[in-house]
Amino acid sequence: MIELDDVGYSYGGGELLSNLSVRLAPGSFHFLTGPSGAGKTTLLKLCYGALTPTSGTVRAFDADMRGLDRDQMALLRRRIGVVHQDCRFLDHLPLADNIALPLIVSGRDMAQESDNLKELMSWVGLTARADARPPELSGGERQRAALARAVILSPDVVLADEPTGNVDWDMSMRLLTLLVELNKMGKTVLIASHDLALIRAAKSQVQARVLRISNRRLQLAGADL
Amino acid sequence: MLRNVLIGDAQADRVVPPSGFTAQLTLFASGAMAFLAVFALALSLASGRLAERWASELARSATLRITAPEDQVAAQTDAALRVLRQTPGVARARALSQEEQAALLAPWFGPGLDLAALPVPQLIEVMEDELGYDAAGLRLRLAAEVPGAVLDDHTRWRKPLVEAANSLRRLGWISVLLIGGAMAAMITLAANAALAANAQVIEVLRLVGARDSYIAGAFVRRFTLRALIGAGIGVALGLGGVLLLPEASDEGGFLTGLGFRGLGWLWPLLIPVLGALVAFAATWFAARRRLKELS
Ligand SMILES: Nc1ncnc2c1ncn2[C@@H]1O[C@H](COP(=O)(O)OP(=O)(O)O)[C@@H](O)[C@H]1O
Ligand SMILES: [Mg+2]
Repeated sequence: MIELDDVGYSYGGGELLSNLSVRLAPGSFHFLTGPSGAGKTTLLKLCYGALTPTSGTVRAFDADMRGLDRDQMALLRRRIGVVHQDCRFLDHLPLADNIALPLIVSGRDMAQESDNLKELMSWVGLTARADARPPELSGGERQRAALARAVILSPDVVLADEPTGNVDWDMSMRLLTLLVELNKMGKTVLIASHDLALIRAAKSQVQARVLRISNRRLQLAGADL
Repeated sequence: MLRNVLIGDAQADRVVPPSGFTAQLTLFASGAMAFLAVFALALSLASGRLAERWASELARSATLRITAPEDQVAAQTDAALRVLRQTPGVARARALSQEEQAALLAPWFGPGLDLAALPVPQLIEVMEDELGYDAAGLRLRLAAEVPGAVLDDHTRWRKPLVEAANSLRRLGWISVLLIGGAMAAMITLAANAALAANAQVIEVLRLVGARDSYIAGAFVRRFTLRALIGAGIGVALGLGGVLLLPEASDEGGFLTGLGFRGLGWLWPLLIPVLGALVAFAATWFAARRRLKELS
């Protein structure tokens, strides 16, 4: 699905990431961990093409991302669902439209998709909040909405950046369950999180590989978690 | 693309937040420009008509006036007509009838005028051919043979006026072009302001897989529609102003008849369409450039 081959990245100063190689196989479930500032968000951005590696190659669906033009990149974004760390929404649109945004911008007929949207909103428990504006939402609601928006186009891959960033433990578990359900439906899932308790809790629900960024490199974390 | 923009997609329009400031700016600018364009157009069309009318009168005629004691008028008229027929460059000469003369005087004396009661001179209409006649020579001959005749070739002094009317027409068209250019500039500025203010929105749209053409289209549709509405209002107000101008009349001369005539009324209806096209192009270029910059 997504492959990083000997990837290095630097924001201009010293190298933040170097010689990373990893392959997200179809249907796999990965955690990406590491201290704050280690480069988890950066690595995710490399995976969905928001950043271009300073060295090495990133391949998505067997295509080198470097060779993609703007339109091809837009099409690629529709196949990779992303839950952003700051889950940005369009504040002037009600929540239902924000969740449906990927459908709207890809020109789908909204009348045909309304059942799909309703089902998804009830899956994340936001049916009652359909008309709320994003600024009125709680942290947990925002995270669930971001997840719903990320999966509405039924992407093959879901990348989630700190999806449990500012929610309590129960809500974290609820979000984790949603992501595990997505993986059970066959989607490739990668969750970036510094929350080790969440990762430990996940181990009982799903077969997950845990990658850790330390000293600019990616390591497979084992039993030490 | 154009069709797509005009018909639009109600969903797509909402992804760009309604931005009051640039919206009103565009509405006002296109309204004001359309209003001005109506008058530039009216000026241009009216001076064009004036140039044509004066030019045709210039080509047409001079007048010979015969003032003589009542019993000699008929004889002198015949003599003058004879002279005119023999003059090279005169295509036709014709004495006006009593009724025609009465009609000419009606604006001054009112209808129902009995010309016989007045010492009104007999008028002869003289048509030139392309070569024209020698006015000085004709005057000399008339002075000798028809003592009561005065040649009035008044239309000749209008030649510079025809040229003036023609340059007025050109200026009108140049004004229309400049108005279009100024409108394009203002809408480009407003569109750039809107694009800059919505950089965050554009980023979110890109993250969820919107193509640049989709994002540009949402802005372009907004601005095209606003320009169309603004220009429509401007044209309506401008036409209202033109309607309030006095009717064209012979007495009024230059300042009347500044409005539109017949099919000329269709011209101003083109202004909103052209305004929308200008807005379309200006926003499209602004958006494409801006989206390239925002990487
Ligand atoms: N746009 C940027 N420009 C410069 N430096 C950045 C930028 N984004 C992130 N960084 C730096 O890169 C490092 C890694 O950031 P990030 O990938 O967000 O880490 P994490 O998600 O693991 O907390 C941090 O030190 C951060 O300051
Ligand atoms: Mg981060």
